[in-house]
Amino acid sequence: MAVQVLKDKCRGCKLCLRSCPFSAIIMKGTNAVITEKCNSCGQCVANCPFEAIEKTSEGGEAGDLSAYKNIWVFAEQREGKLMNVALELIGEGYRLAREIGNDTKVCALLIGDQVDHLVQECYAYGADRVYLIQSPLLSSYTTDGYAKVICDAITEYKPEIVLYGATHIGRDLAPRIAARLNTGLTADCTRLDVKVSSYIDYAKKNTTLNTATLDPNDPDTGLKQTRPAFGGNLMATIICPRTRPQMSTVRPGVMQKRDREDGATGELVTITPKLQETDIRTKVLEIVKTAREMVALSDAEIICSGGRGLGNAEGFELIRQLADKVGGVVGASRAAVDAGWIDHSHQVGQTGTTVKPKIYFACGISGAIQHLAGMQNSDVIIAINKNPDAPIFEVADYGILGDLYKVIPEIIAAWDDAADIYKKSLQ
Amino acid sequence: MDFQLTKEQSFMQKMAREFAVNEVAPIAAEIDITGEFPLENVKKMGRYGLMGIPFPQEWGGAGLDYVSYTIAIEELAKACASTSAICSAHTGLCCWPIFHWGNEEQKKKYLPGLLSGKLLGAFGLTEPNAGTDAGGQQTRAVDAGDHWVLNGSKIFITNGGYADVYVVMAVTDKTKGTHDGISAFIVEKDFPGFSIGKKEDKMGIRASSTTELIFRDCIVPKENLLGKVGGGFRVAMSTLDGGRIAIASQAVGIAQGAFDVTVEYMKARKQFNKPLSKFQALQFDIADMRARIEAARMLVRKAAWLKDNNDVKFGPNAAMAKLYASETAMFVTTKAVQLHGGYGYTKDYPVERMMRDAKITEIYEGTSEVQRIIVAGDTFGK
Amino acid sequence: MKIIVCVKQVPDTNEIRINPETGTLIRDGVPSILNPDDANALEEALKIKDQYPDTHVTVVTMGPPQAKDMLMECLAMGADEAFLASDRILGGSDTWATSNAISAAIKKIGDFDIVFAGRQAIDGDTAQVGPQIAERLGLPQVTYVSDFALSEDKKTITVKRALEDGYEVVEVQTPCMLTAIKELNKPRYMSASGIANACKAEIPVWSAADLGVDQSVVGLKASPTNVFRSFTPLPKGKGMMLEGDDEKELAHNLLIQLKSRNVI
Repeated sequence: MAVQVLKDKCRGCKLCLRSCPFSAIIMKGTNAVITEKCNSCGQCVANCPFEAIEKTSEGGEAGDLSAYKNIWVFAEQREGKLMNVALELIGEGYRLAREIGNDTKVCALLIGDQVDHLVQECYAYGADRVYLIQSPLLSSYTTDGYAKVICDAITEYKPEIVLYGATHIGRDLAPRIAARLNTGLTADCTRLDVKVSSYIDYAKKNTTLNTATLDPNDPDTGLKQTRPAFGGNLMATIICPRTRPQMSTVRPGVMQKRDREDGATGELVTITPKLQETDIRTKVLEIVKTAREMVALSDAEIICSGGRGLGNAEGFELIRQLADKVGGVVGASRAAVDAGWIDHSHQVGQTGTTVKPKIYFACGISGAIQHLAGMQNSDVIIAINKNPDAPIFEVADYGILGDLYKVIPEIIAAWDDAADIYKKSLQ
Repeated sequence: MDFQLTKEQSFMQKMAREFAVNEVAPIAAEIDITGEFPLENVKKMGRYGLMGIPFPQEWGGAGLDYVSYTIAIEELAKACASTSAICSAHTGLCCWPIFHWGNEEQKKKYLPGLLSGKLLGAFGLTEPNAGTDAGGQQTRAVDAGDHWVLNGSKIFITNGGYADVYVVMAVTDKTKGTHDGISAFIVEKDFPGFSIGKKEDKMGIRASSTTELIFRDCIVPKENLLGKVGGGFRVAMSTLDGGRIAIASQAVGIAQGAFDVTVEYMKARKQFNKPLSKFQALQFDIADMRARIEAARMLVRKAAWLKDNNDVKFGPNAAMAKLYASETAMFVTTKAVQLHGGYGYTKDYPVERMMRDAKITEIYEGTSEVQRIIVAGDTFGK
Repeated sequence: MKIIVCVKQVPDTNEIRINPETGTLIRDGVPSILNPDDANALEEALKIKDQYPDTHVTVVTMGPPQAKDMLMECLAMGADEAFLASDRILGGSDTWATSNAISAAIKKIGDFDIVFAGRQAIDGDTAQVGPQIAERLGLPQVTYVSDFALSEDKKTITVKRALEDGYEVVEVQTPCMLTAIKELNKPRYMSASGIANACKAEIPVWSAADLGVDQSVVGLKASPTNVFRSFTPLPKGKGMMLEGDDEKELAHNLLIQLKSRNVI
């Protein structure tokens, strides 16, 4: 165990028991004892008033890490178009590379068949270098094909950091590569830092973390990968101290892409893949596009979501009317999806899509933490609910206590006259 | 003394709760209004072994105990009393007497189908002129050599019209009186001369089917006599003893269901700028309701435990459980409606249904008065 | 057919609430459940067993001793056999180390045609262990499986793999690893007789030594990733409840607010 209770200091106050998110601490006599459920998250260390719990880094020996350099971004493309998240990650990689300094470059890893036209776009969004791997065998995504060529490239070029979008492809591919290369991988990150001072700034502004234990002058530039756990109520920052590359999948829609700079150039490295047909053990027979709104959801400026409070599937008709009126798209809570009222592709939340629109309407959504995790970064949250104790009101900028079936039609009716209504209110 | 549920019992609770929440609750309000028998769910309950919980697996049962059975009934009743009534009438009033009183051939013929829910069972004792006075039976069974001929009618038969197998009481020798003059028969729905009469339009448990059974020269094979000739009253009384714990469980379930929605309602509903849950007078109501429900549940579990242990004190304990639990169900559901105010009186909220459903538990399978007779009789001697 | 299903016992994160005053998680009374995606994985295996009764379904998990309850639940749903990998030295494993332990357990179980798992567990939401087990076992993988079909000869599997904006149809040969999502099926309940049998069943518990793994590949020390810090996000300040005598006034007041802040 890396987290230990110092018996002579423990006063048996049980504060740590309550602080542990994993129920991993029990009382034995008058002392707290850490059990095997411990994830060494360190919550208890921070919560102990007597400094009776310590966390020791007991990790094994690190290999030689100095050979690894540069930040790679998996430039995921589908049907010859770069995914938005790939551009966001190039932007984030650019930021991190400048923080590391030491001539660190952000490199896009572009894989596919006849995708060289995307090289320019990678440069335009900030890539210093593009590794291009093309083969007819890579024309559609397969785990085996992509994993092989990426592992080969990583082994040869030794990047320090590799970032993937947490898409259905990125989340299929990255763990396979991490296992093959025996390195760490952190899923669904929402924040990345290399400099300790930046991490401290972030933590001070956005979290309850006690930053006193961190030294802003620490020269460490290891990747600090922050991700939500337990539906976003707990955040964990993960490090990968002993193996390289450090790898993360990053939630789409979280990082900032850079302004497009047409005509930007960079260095192109073309890699000839060592790939045979027999390396690929799955066969993609067909790719079918269905729920188009799903794509729109993460990019939407306004989202109108319905939850259990709708009472039935027909309730989404009203939500759709609202969305049509305000120019938004329809979202849903997990409860509404689980009830079978609407397709999963509309789901907002921890297990659905993370959104941060300008306006988020939560209609009949109580605000289970699952849901809050996916939408609480929206600029303005409007909650309409019958239950005054609904947790959604805790995060809402504007709460309306009432029957959504009566309130929404009034919003729809008044929407176009908003300017007049506002003017009148000033008189 | 151990109040902890066993692994089996707690799994049964979890399973029945999930089933009730996902399958039963969503249609409860609708079938209360339409009175539609929930055939689809009854089939599902059969597939999941809920139609034969307390019987050995060698006969096709689940091989669980009576405590598990009462827990399952409670969970079903929390969501929909009609559904629990269908299950308990089948299990306690048809499967049980065949399992307990039937011979090898009868068990082989009927139990696998019944316990797997492929066949539905019912029980026929009550007649227009023989309710609480079960001895006043007028349905006659005459020995016609190689078969019996039944004539008469039964009323208020739960699962009537949907059941495949009926355990029916009929007088075989009027001269021998109640105790030795009645016999029990297993009647299949297709026996010649058997038909379903009037379907009752009831106050509560509206989705359970309650009908008249009509026997017009109904031919029942000799081998379908259940128990001995003249042993029918013992079959009936022992069956009703067992049935009582299910009705008591049903009452506890209805009460708990009403309690749960009321607590939620009181947290949400605001008057005078504070939620109902902050008014002490109303909090006291909730405390009384909860205490009674818990007491009723303990009586039910104890009675079921006595049955699992073949304890002779089972009978009066089952009677006490049913008496107390059914009156608790009325107390709690009436309070629940009151605490909901005007909304509670509408069909927008489930408590008015629960209040109507609760009433039957004071009446069927022995009225509260009958339970008092049993308990008093056990106290003072008969 | 032999199918191995990897499952995990997780706290029901839907039931976890946050204490608005202290910002800490309220875990009291939060039940432990079979991870939802894993239930879909098990259901698909049981559906194959429904169709081909000679199918043998084994469930395996890594976790604390209490995880036995969840395995019993799997047996009560219809699985044939269950194994628990439980050992103090497995504690603190990250996904890499976890996949080492579970793949060792799968090898110990023996032959199989399909390894099924849920896409991800709701306590961590990483979706990494499935692919990592596949890599350890050298199996082809298909994740996000939303539809499953088995060929007559039970050698070829055709699945739908969900994408953000649709799905792809993928063909793969056994043996292989598949991870299930909710859309794949509706998990069955335990059956009453299944409960009776499951509670009598023996569930072997394997230590790290039984699995033939040591602290160089499992546990906290071997894990390439470590938790550096953990914390709670700052609660967002509470907004305002809109006032109004009727729904119309409420709606108007909302629009006034939005306009005044230049949101619309």
